[in-house]
Amino acid sequence: KIDAAKSPLSISDEPNTLEEITTYNNFYEFGTGKEDPAANAGALTTDPWSIEIGGMVDKPGTYDLADVLKGQPLEERIYRFRCVEAWSMVVPWIGFQLSGLLNRVGVQPSAKYVAFETLVRPEEMPGQNSPILEWPYREGLRLDEAMHPLTIMATGLYGEDMPKQNGAPIRLVVPWKYGFKSIKSVVKISLTDRMPQTTWNMLQPSEYGFYSNVNPTVDHPRWPQASERRVGAGLFAGRQDTLMFNGYEDQVASLYAGQDLSKDF
Amino acid sequence: MDSLNRLARRVPTWVVYIAGVLPFGWIVWLTLTNGLGADPVKAIELRLGELGLQFLVGGLVITPLRWFGLNLIKFRRAVGLIAFFYIAMHLSAWVVLDMGLRWAEMANDLVKRWYIIIGMAGFAAMIPLAVTSNNASVKRLGGKVWNKLHKLTYFAALAGAVHYVVLVKAWPVEPLLYLGAVVLLLAARAWKARARLLPAFA
Repeated sequence: KIDAAKSPLSISDEPNTLEEITTYNNFYEFGTGKEDPAANAGALTTDPWSIEIGGMVDKPGTYDLADVLKGQPLEERIYRFRCVEAWSMVVPWIGFQLSGLLNRVGVQPSAKYVAFETLVRPEEMPGQNSPILEWPYREGLRLDEAMHPLTIMATGLYGEDMPKQNGAPIRLVVPWKYGFKSIKSVVKISLTDRMPQTTWNMLQPSEYGFYSNVNPTVDHPRWPQASERRVGAGLFAGRQDTLMFNGYEDQVASLYAGQDLSKDF
Repeated sequence: MDSLNRLARRVPTWVVYIAGVLPFGWIVWLTLTNGLGADPVKAIELRLGELGLQFLVGGLVITPLRWFGLNLIKFRRAVGLIAFFYIAMHLSAWVVLDMGLRWAEMANDLVKRWYIIIGMAGFAAMIPLAVTSNNASVKRLGGKVWNKLHKLTYFAALAGAVHYVVLVKAWPVEPLLYLGAVVLLLAARAWKARARLLPAFA
């Protein structure tokens, strides 16, 4: 059991069950079906694990996972999780603020963005044997988004170590953005002054923007985003309205002051 | 082949109807026993749609099989009606379970989203086919007109397969296999028709 403090940033909604959270995943490294990650992630080696931190930082290097975690206070963060496919869950993550790690490695003043990469290991990640996406999976945040208190690196959920199908041993969680921004099984973090390439944007730039903030007023060309289905709500539960910034509007709207969110989608 | 044809002649068509609704019973069973995973709504929707596509493809296979001497034509109406049943249930699952009767959002989808438009067009094309899938209609319309009308099946199958390919993220294999099968079966017909027409032009 991981020792983690409660957080005032948690929401009070009832979390989804561990079973729901661990059997309904999009993690194409293990297959495109929702059940594939639970079925195929077992072989992934998560120990030893290290993260290469580089780019515009004072202390670049390859950090062992234990070293990454050193001095970072773990908290339980119960967050809404909204997939671009218009389903949602509530997940009790355990993690620490990304800002804590970035401050420790020293972000240089020239840095404006943070880029992330997922592990590439086709022998343990069978989905990577098919060119369905361009591997490694890549994601990125603007520096102010990365430094926001809501943005965490999660190492567990429900008080236990992160299940492999959910992105063990360490993943990003950005609760006001569509789920695909919350990159899993991170092995590389780089600070840069240019907007980094991100996987889904590379595949279909007209459909997946860099920001990908949850926004009921900006439709994905294929999926409506005005409403969502809460996984586990029951067969006839229907839908609920999607909230601006996934319900984190008060905390994050100021980050985008002056931006046209239908252009910067 | 002759023994297969003899066997087919002996099997009554109601057997096909029963076999056709068995998968539906299986879906109901899985739903009641929590066997559909964390998101039963999506699973129900997907399975019903796939079954509809499978029966549509099955219906398109019957004619080419006859070119090779296997005559299953008497089952074609059953296969087509079962396909219609699954597509209608798939649509109902979308309306009731997935969209939760949010009519305004659905109306918006119907004018904005290609995969919804294509899927709905495919379903609409199947309605006159289902309605005229009885002996009285064949008689009233006459064989020629009836045959022409039922060529709409080609459109319905193509629309269904395209609908599946367009709605998924990236390019997973399964939807592409259905589309490949439909295109192949239609191309085979075009090829055959060309072979039939060419001598006339020569």
